[in-house]
Amino acid sequence: MSALLEATDLCRHYEVRKGVFGRPDIVKALNGVSFSLEPGRTLAVVGESGCGKSTLARLVTMIEEPTDGQLLIDGRAADPADRALRQTVQIVFQNPYGSLNPRQKIGAILEEPLKVNSSTSARQRREKAKAMMERVGLRPEHYDRFPHMFSGGQRQRIAIARALMLNPKILVLDEPVSALDLSIQAQVLNLLIDLQQEFGLAYLFISHDLSVVKHIADEVMVMYLGLAVEKGDAATVFADPRHPYTQALLSATPVADPSRKQQRVRLEGELPSPLAIPSGCAFHPRCPIAVPNCAVDVPHLRDVAGRLVSCHLA
Amino acid sequence: MALLDIRNLSVTFDTASGPFRAVDGVDASVDGREILSIVGESGSGKSVSMLALMGLLPDTATVTADRMQFDGRDLLELSARQKRSVIGRDIAMIFQEPMSSLNPCFTVGFQIGEMLRKHTDLDRAARRRRSIELMEQVGIPSPEKRLSAYPHQLSGGMSQRVMIAMATSCRPKLLIADEPTTALDVTIQAQILDVLRDLCADTDMALVLITHDMGVVAQMADRVQVQYAGQKVEEQPVAALFDDPHHPYTAALLSALPERASGKGHLPSIKGVVPGQFDRPPGCLFEPRCAFAVEACRRGAVRQGPELGLALCNRPLVDGVPLDERAEA
Repeated sequence: MSALLEATDLCRHYEVRKGVFGRPDIVKALNGVSFSLEPGRTLAVVGESGCGKSTLARLVTMIEEPTDGQLLIDGRAADPADRALRQTVQIVFQNPYGSLNPRQKIGAILEEPLKVNSSTSARQRREKAKAMMERVGLRPEHYDRFPHMFSGGQRQRIAIARALMLNPKILVLDEPVSALDLSIQAQVLNLLIDLQQEFGLAYLFISHDLSVVKHIADEVMVMYLGLAVEKGDAATVFADPRHPYTQALLSATPVADPSRKQQRVRLEGELPSPLAIPSGCAFHPRCPIAVPNCAVDVPHLRDVAGRLVSCHLA
Repeated sequence: MALLDIRNLSVTFDTASGPFRAVDGVDASVDGREILSIVGESGSGKSVSMLALMGLLPDTATVTADRMQFDGRDLLELSARQKRSVIGRDIAMIFQEPMSSLNPCFTVGFQIGEMLRKHTDLDRAARRRRSIELMEQVGIPSPEKRLSAYPHQLSGGMSQRVMIAMATSCRPKLLIADEPTTALDVTIQAQILDVLRDLCADTDMALVLITHDMGVVAQMADRVQVQYAGQKVEEQPVAALFDDPHHPYTAALLSALPERASGKGHLPSIKGVVPGQFDRPPGCLFEPRCAFAVEACRRGAVRQGPELGLALCNRPLVDGVPLDERAEA
């Protein structure tokens, strides 16, 4: 099957000025990331804060343009001016308390995408909104309510419904369940699984919760300081992570089983500033198995045991 | 005797729409050097009950308890002045958002030193030495330099370490950690949990860990207390709780964990939402969402004995099956 989303060496650099006369610095938020996504599949992007996963979401949704590299959506080059193309990609944000307009009723929230992007009549919009509400598990009487009357889980359902109003092909999910309670998290994940099957949606699932990713993802891309360090089939990567960062990330995730005392790959220190990315392999200052060469040679993604890893020692 | 012993603690908030009972008859006890974890979803009263103990609730809150004893002293009978010498020194607390718990206007060194100035009679030089020692203990690199850093110059993980250093500066007997790692990345979370565990072992400190993350509970706790909508619904040692949860809520919560799911596809989920101020069920609070509820549950729930995890349930589960069904089978 052809890919819906194809990214080649995507870069996004930001210039930051230090004072009025200071020389501008370059923040390399995203530094050459390639991936592809097919219909009905879920690609999970994982990494610590500051690794560039939200920047990636902004590029894919065409909120921002890449400074370098190529992004093909549904076979066409990404272009923020292309309205039809923008309809194919929609996003659900992390915090449903912040992403819904508190002064709009649910009906108006759901109809707005149609109002802006299509020439449907008010009645058609209303019917479509009601049908979508039913689909995501909201009751018809919710149509005339305001967001503050809903719990977090219901709000996230509204946000998902809004994202689906224009029949997109790709849904970017930026930490969609991390603000929700555990019992609600399962409900929303189930809804996402159902919707994907029903509409053949491709999900770009951004998360830091590896147990959620493990459950929902087909493929996984682990990012560190704007680069993919390991990429491949989710089951393969989780069963036997090869990059030391992936190993550390997995072993740092607490397992809900008190009898299993984990062997931890301890990571020293924290994510370096993206203003001063270390030489060679960006991970070497924190890497438990680094050798002197790691500070010199930049590793590139290569095939190791059925997935791509960028590590000299993998 | 338990280090901390709370009996029948209730907290009621006066709100514009009438009184709201956030904590409803909760018991809690912590032994010395023990790690007790309080788990629950938002609105379960887990934070409020500990804030009540610390006296950090606003004036709109009414706190009642049959007993609130710490280290042999009755906190209910202490005057405000006496209480201040216990709170902060013998009982300390750290919070979820390390960035906003520190005062942005003062250096880290000043804020750690302030604790020591208030609660000890160390002189200036000794306070500085102790501050550096504390920062080393929680794993802050080059502490001498960091003493003069302002909170905005620190990352989230470092701020939380500073908070822990402050909280443990007077060698408290009990540390209350309210979601200490929720705002942090997993690798940093692992480091902070290590620091907390080491501190407990090294300084004979007891820890109350408030969290909603079952993984953190499994890794850290000795004993677990599960709360739902302001009530304690179950209490068990950690291994037993994960092995055989007796309350249907605990069981449902555990099976909703993605990592416990078998294969892909649907997760077992709990229908409905946690009851709020206006839709509190008359009987058992979990009854509308419970898969095992019967008619009697609409009238109330009975507290089971310790052999059934003190479950607040008419039909406690054993190996996932209600007790009365097992008896019939």
